Amino acid sequence: MNETALLINTALASGTTLALAALGLLVNERAGVLNLGAEGMMLVAAVAGFAAALTTGSDTLGFLAAAAAGAALAALFAGLVIFLNTNQYATGLALSLFGYGLSAFLGVSMVGKSLSPRQTYEVPGLSDLPFVGPALFSHHPMVYVAIALAVAIAWFLYRTRAGLLLRAMGENPEPAHALGYPVRLIRLGAVCVGGALCGLAGAYVSLVTAPLWVEGLTAGRGWIALALTVFATWRPARVLLGAYLFGGVTVLQLSLQAQGVAISSHLLTMLPYLATIVVLVLISRNPAFIRLNMPASLGKPFRPGS
Amino acid sequence: MLMLEPRPAPSRVMTLASPLIALLLTALVAALLLAALGKDPLEGLRVIFAEPLSNRRQVSEVLLKATPLIVIALGLAVCYRANVWNIGAEGQFLLGCVGGGGVALWLTTQGIVLPKVLGLPLVLAAGMLGGMLWAGAVALLRDRYNANEILVSLMLVYVAQQSVNALVFGPWKDPQGFNMPQSAMFHASLHLPPLLERTRLHVGFVAALVLAAAVALFLFRSFRGFQLQVGGLAPAAARYAGFSSRSALWTSLLLSGALAGLAGAMEVAGPIRQVTPYLSTGLGFTAIIVCFVGRLHPLGIVVAGVLLSLMLIGGELAQSRLGLPNAMASVLQGLLLLILLACDTFIDQRLRWRRATGRAA
Amino acid sequence: MYRLELIGIGKQYPAVKANDGVHLRVRPGEIHAVLGENGAGKSTLMKIIYGAVRPDEGEIRWNGRPVRIASPAAARRLGIGMVYQHFSLFDTLSAAENVWLGLDGSLALDAVTQRIRDVAHTYGLDVDPLRPVHSLSVGERQRVEIVRALLTDPQLLILDEPTSVLTPQAVDKLFVTLRRLADQGTSILYISHKLDEIRALCHHCTVLRGGKVTGEVDPTRESNASLSRMMIGTEPPALQRRAQEAGPVVLAVDGLNLARQDPFGVDLHDIRLEVRAGEILGVAGVSGNGQQELLAALSGEDRRASPAAIRLSGRPIGDRAPRLRRRLGLHSVPEERLGRGAVPTMSLAQNTLLTRTESVGRGGWLRVASVRALARRLIERFQVKAAGPDAAAASLSGGNLQKFIVGRAIDAKPACLVVAQPTWGVDVGAAALIRGELLALRDAGCAILVVSEELDELFEISDRLVVVARGRLSPTVPAAEATVERIGSWMSGLWSTPAGAEA
Repeated sequence: MNETALLINTALASGTTLALAALGLLVNERAGVLNLGAEGMMLVAAVAGFAAALTTGSDTLGFLAAAAAGAALAALFAGLVIFLNTNQYATGLALSLFGYGLSAFLGVSMVGKSLSPRQTYEVPGLSDLPFVGPALFSHHPMVYVAIALAVAIAWFLYRTRAGLLLRAMGENPEPAHALGYPVRLIRLGAVCVGGALCGLAGAYVSLVTAPLWVEGLTAGRGWIALALTVFATWRPARVLLGAYLFGGVTVLQLSLQAQGVAISSHLLTMLPYLATIVVLVLISRNPAFIRLNMPASLGKPFRPGS
Repeated sequence: MLMLEPRPAPSRVMTLASPLIALLLTALVAALLLAALGKDPLEGLRVIFAEPLSNRRQVSEVLLKATPLIVIALGLAVCYRANVWNIGAEGQFLLGCVGGGGVALWLTTQGIVLPKVLGLPLVLAAGMLGGMLWAGAVALLRDRYNANEILVSLMLVYVAQQSVNALVFGPWKDPQGFNMPQSAMFHASLHLPPLLERTRLHVGFVAALVLAAAVALFLFRSFRGFQLQVGGLAPAAARYAGFSSRSALWTSLLLSGALAGLAGAMEVAGPIRQVTPYLSTGLGFTAIIVCFVGRLHPLGIVVAGVLLSLMLIGGELAQSRLGLPNAMASVLQGLLLLILLACDTFIDQRLRWRRATGRAA
Repeated sequence: MYRLELIGIGKQYPAVKANDGVHLRVRPGEIHAVLGENGAGKSTLMKIIYGAVRPDEGEIRWNGRPVRIASPAAARRLGIGMVYQHFSLFDTLSAAENVWLGLDGSLALDAVTQRIRDVAHTYGLDVDPLRPVHSLSVGERQRVEIVRALLTDPQLLILDEPTSVLTPQAVDKLFVTLRRLADQGTSILYISHKLDEIRALCHHCTVLRGGKVTGEVDPTRESNASLSRMMIGTEPPALQRRAQEAGPVVLAVDGLNLARQDPFGVDLHDIRLEVRAGEILGVAGVSGNGQQELLAALSGEDRRASPAAIRLSGRPIGDRAPRLRRRLGLHSVPEERLGRGAVPTMSLAQNTLLTRTESVGRGGWLRVASVRALARRLIERFQVKAAGPDAAAASLSGGNLQKFIVGRAIDAKPACLVVAQPTWGVDVGAAALIRGELLALRDAGCAILVVSEELDELFEISDRLVVVARGRLSPTVPAAEATVERIGSWMSGLWSTPAGAEA
């Protein structure tokens, strides 16, 4: 197929992990909870999904298992942070460290095993269109799921009363509590949904992108997703855009390696991480910009009845 | 119904008991895990927690591994008390290895033999500079561009790892090394003097203890240390007092970078004696756990460093003796931190029975 | 029959019994005041009535039937409406969206918007439903709160310290609305510590002190003195203020212009004022009109002013750091105690180091004994009830911590002292001590600037008064010549002579 179409196709495919994870974090953070445990959740979910797919042969079960694993870890996090009021930064960090160890432990018997490459799904009719077809309409189903989720989340946040409440709560939970809404339960729900989406993101790596399991498989994508959420100023559409741009960076890295460019492969592997730093610098430069867009209660504990 | 309510004053009992309770609960989970894997829980616990203290050589290994953990965690304590979330100690450690290792390699390959009193400090200083450089980058980006230090320092870890790889697979590869990705061994004049004969334990351990005292003095007896902590506890009060948050940022990051780099240089000049892709088994991250378990306090960090080193060595022993996966130690460490954070909440809060029901959640 | 009856209500918190055997009876169409000083237990009682807190003892009866109010939603269903003092409007949403979220969701947003307009019109309340809340003044926000409460057709309306954020003229308008509501049969619970207002507005009054009821009276038949006796046990202490000649100008602000840093803040325009040695300049104004910005510029937390815009004894300090200002003799006391004036988890001794660095030795080492000695001295001189110099700041009551913080500044013998809300949230005894100390400091020749939202306090201690409104200063006027009406209209921004000139 056409060079550029291939480029776009690959960018979309490799950006999907980031998109799913960042969407999950967006839901979290809109409710005012910062979950630094994204990487840990993704890893555990990746190994859970891989194990499920390996034993049952069903990818769907794999993704479901991964979502459940992500949500379970997220619930653990929520229990600590929302109900026991532990420090969100430290707890999220602890979750990532724990998740790393747990995933390594659980996956010990599966290291190096791989699954057969996944089929893409050609959208009937549309995938035959010139250029647009191969670029946009012949992907693994999860790519479409990610886009659909972005649309659904956007609709929920901006067109429903519950979404308005969630956004308002993320700015300031006190009025919501004063009005009698169960702030902590709503936050718990948001965190679990976020965890499930991070789970899907992790499984996408171990079931589609790789598809295999080794320790530390996600290689920092959870952290990049955290940066991505800020870059996208917490809006679903921008999350997709940013994720696919990052996907493009990965494409760049792979194509440079394939062309045998005389740069050490190690330096090329650094590209996504350096790109993340650049992105962080670009978006953070104007503090007023961040303050206007960020959910104001992000990271702060909420104590009802204080 | 059980409810959580704030205490009028922090509980002193819980402040001391919390890490112990967390440790006990972690051991409990470890026992359950062992049983689930079909191993004898008591034997497993003995191997992990008691075996590493059973003889002189084992104890020396525990103290050896504790050394970098303590040194790195001391720097992190200063950062976290200032509310600067330096997560990239692993990267700063690796740059310390690179800095110290680079100087050692150059001296070795050039055939320059310096007296230990000159060569070693040079290597260690180079390591500190390497760590400071890496941490300084984080400080710069936060100072000038407000970039979040958690994400930047973490991204730099991955960059540091790839840099080490690039070096040992490339320009630093030992020409006599059978094409293995590792550098030449350093000359004996650049090895850290041993502390205990017939063991690998070197003077670095004593240095770690001295540094712990120094950091304690800095935090609790110096005005600079006080300003840093106010900035971390109550930023508005720090502004009111006129304490510079910028100075706190740079001081804490450069200090922790220097310490992490020093730890890296000590590892290359101590047990490893060359540069390889396997310089760190996540020491920089384990140090974060050491820091929290040690309550961000130099004395606690020394104890916690020995404790976590014990668990790591115990994990290795469990792997070779009982066939348990090495990752088990990793799981237990992470679990220890999570349980500790949960236990810590009972320092400022307590559970009470209340007759009331239906209170808004 | 009573609309609301509280019988023997009690509530215990870890350190204190907030309510003890409280009886309260409100008839339909009655405006009932709940009077008490800070810490008397008024807010706990209100939280019990509107369902945020459950009582440990006692019974609540609504229109004669015993009820259990399990949550704010349950209270709303009964017909109890609450107009909060803070914390109940989302800044980033419009007034209509806020009200919409506060209702049960059966109406669409457009229907709610229209109903807001209807209710506002009926009661003469000026509310634009579509404006975002962060753009509204505090008085306007209160009107949104009232409209929101009215939309639920309440039988009982609770107002918690409603006039602390209003100009005197706005207070009059509020009273008209409340009387109209009462005439239509709505009962009103009016929580306040302002005696004049209660005597002007309310039919009945329950007085709380230390969690117990000390009186249930008709306020129109009582005097301020008798009410005060029920509220604090004695009459309020009279402060002695000697008239004296002010000395040379110590603090001079001229041409201070600052753009806001916070998107929801206020720009300062052309601020000009002078404070002389041995006088107190009182700055009045409704909260949110630039007081915080002015204070930050004076204390040094905001250093963007041009150097000459702020002068201390002639020396330009507009861009200098707080530590230098203190060294030159300018100390400040901020509005917030915990978190800004003091670090909550640190000891009183450690907290002295925030502004008093005499105990820092050469090389930057702390002389611990000297630090604790200073703390002990402050505790004794300013009668701070604390366990000792090692007590954590958070363990002190509001009044005691404020005495410590103000004392820390006064003890430094400053040439100029800038104080914000010196007695906010402080019990009457501590408030009297603090005001007395400020007057003593003034007598000793210090130039003092006091920013306060309590007009009574400013009238009591100031030599001259000025008002800040929307980031600008009114003319200054000697306190003896000022009237509440005039200051009130200035608080709404209505003055004609150029700012800074003597009126």
